[in-house]
Amino acid sequence: MRRAEPSRRACLRALALATPLGLASASAQSQAQAQAARMLTLAEMTEPIVGSVPMRSQGIRLDLAQLADNGHVVPVRVVVDSPMTETDHVREIVLLSQRNPVTRIASFRLGPWSGRAEVATRIRLAGTQVVVALARLSTGEVRIAQAEVIVTESACLDMT
Amino acid sequence: MAAARLILPPRVAAGDVVMVRLLIQHVMETGYRQDVNGRVIPRNVLRWVRCELGGAEVFSAEPSSGMSANPLLEFPVRVRASGEWRVTWEDDAGEKGELRQLMTVS
Repeated sequence: MRRAEPSRRACLRALALATPLGLASASAQSQAQAQAARMLTLAEMTEPIVGSVPMRSQGIRLDLAQLADNGHVVPVRVVVDSPMTETDHVREIVLLSQRNPVTRIASFRLGPWSGRAEVATRIRLAGTQVVVALARLSTGEVRIAQAEVIVTESACLDMT
Repeated sequence: MAAARLILPPRVAAGDVVMVRLLIQHVMETGYRQDVNGRVIPRNVLRWVRCELGGAEVFSAEPSSGMSANPLLEFPVRVRASGEWRVTWEDDAGEKGELRQLMTVS
């Protein structure tokens, strides 16, 4: 019985030391959760990228499964109708997330040398949300596509 | 050192538009995760990826923490002639990588 005493004391001491750290990390986590849980509006998502230009929702397709089992790896494909000539081509494709802590998921640069305006990748999604694809054309036009995706297992923190 | 793989169609003819797949081995650490001691694991994601074919840039990407670990990128390119692919990238830790691969056009 006497031998158990020091080990329990050591345990308590370790716990006391660990608590401030644990609390700090918990508060940081809840802060991140609050931030990530806020759903951005479409304007909030697109304005930092393209400003307040009018956007067309035709001639662009965002392929995304309606249900994503694993938020860590969600396949996504963006296809834009474009002849991809010297004068009329897609310059940039940007993927945006409504709910992730970082709104801009990725941007891709294409050009007339691409031959086709298409890009596919795998993204992380922090919960059920709308994913937006923007295409910036050489003519100055901006196209937009949206897709809602239900995420059963969220990436990042487990706030959903 | 991150490894990468460039997946090209088995046969490529001049003038074809081919879809190229690029797989880079990278943790893409978000910066939101904690280790067992509750310390935040610093963010380490790829800052940029550049693909050149025959010395000319044909595709580039700027990922963020929203890209899955071991990023897979699929993009089109119009092939004119045989040439060497050169893929370069850099992450937050400043580590750079390069992949060179020859492509022969039939």
